[in-house]
Amino acid sequence: MHNSKTVEIIVGLFVAFGMAALFMLAMKVSNLSTFSDEGGFEVKARFENIGGLKVRSPVTVAGVRVGRVADITFDNNTYEAVVTMSIASDYSTLPTDSSASIFTAGLLGEQYVALEPGGEEKYLKQGSEVRLTQSAIVLEQVIGQFLYSQAEGGDK
Amino acid sequence: MVDIIQGLGRWGLRVFARLGRGHIFLVHILAGIPSVLVRFGLLVQQMFSVGVLSLLIIVVSGLFVGMVLGLQGYNTLVDFGAEESLGVVVALSLVRELGPVVAALLFAGRAGSALTAEIGLMKSTEQLSGMEMMAVDPVKRVIAPRFLAGFFSLPLLATIFTAVGVLGGFFVGVGLLGVDDGAFWSQIQAKVDFYEDIMNGVIKSIVFGFVVTWIAVFEGYDAVPTSEGVSRATTRTVVHSSLAVLGLDFVLTALMFGNI
Repeated sequence: MHNSKTVEIIVGLFVAFGMAALFMLAMKVSNLSTFSDEGGFEVKARFENIGGLKVRSPVTVAGVRVGRVADITFDNNTYEAVVTMSIASDYSTLPTDSSASIFTAGLLGEQYVALEPGGEEKYLKQGSEVRLTQSAIVLEQVIGQFLYSQAEGGDK
Repeated sequence: MVDIIQGLGRWGLRVFARLGRGHIFLVHILAGIPSVLVRFGLLVQQMFSVGVLSLLIIVVSGLFVGMVLGLQGYNTLVDFGAEESLGVVVALSLVRELGPVVAALLFAGRAGSALTAEIGLMKSTEQLSGMEMMAVDPVKRVIAPRFLAGFFSLPLLATIFTAVGVLGGFFVGVGLLGVDDGAFWSQIQAKVDFYEDIMNGVIKSIVFGFVVTWIAVFEGYDAVPTSEGVSRATTRTVVHSSLAVLGLDFVLTALMFGNI
């Protein structure tokens, strides 16, 4: 048997190795380093149709991820979807007349909310609402419209 | 006919008696844990034989599991032109499932069987009774340190397994197959959540560590003190703990990710 000091050192290394592995997973393999949910503010937006948007979907400005979708609820009075977005406090200078659209990353990729900054002097803050919204593009609707317009064109 | 029913009843009673003994034994172990924390050297000694000596098989298997995942994932994903998602496939499957489960199965085979054989042999050579004669509680002196060591070691080993596996997938995907380096990591970071995925994997391995070590020390302590009895107990440790790990994995997965 090894003497106890060597054993203790080796066990210490083993534990440190395990901790280092967890640290590596946390920093390199998970979203912990890129984006933290804390210290953000929440903004609401109403959409007629959110398509395949889900909770935790990304929120981007100019393609840069600034937050995520925190909650999606349905408004019984207006029949609209209310999307609550949590935006990191680093990005607190978005104008109040910014517009929100739901886009798809690639042809079959996941859907995300893209914010387009406006020209207003005031900034979005906790609880404010994005007025200008554009719903998700549903592929079936687009194809339907395309076929319809083709059929119309054929009649002429 | 009556014989069959009687046999069934005897078997059932034996199973429940064993289950009961196992739980009483667990309570004894848990009661013995404070005395281990006082004698820290015992724990370190066991951490060495249970954890450190399992490190090699864990690292090597983790590396190869990750590399195979990388190869297989690439072959499937390249058909859809989605080979950038390779990192996500490798990382998510390792973090959520393969890391905790395969590490626990290997741990049951490598360390669990050794624990059972060691304790069973101590029993058959009457070392445990000898300790009792000297007013040393064998549960506190022998069992509890081994139990704690296994309980601490498996989460560490599973985390190492996962990390090494991701590196293995990275090596195959980026190094050999030419997936873009940046896309590999950025896709992983976009899709893997620290609390949702990594922490749940760690919780799984903590549960597995508890169950596997419990089964191993109980089988050893409860073994028939003959050479045949010890060999049977060792086999039972590996079989039962593997089944327990796979069954519990389903339950835990259903609770964590299944929305059941």
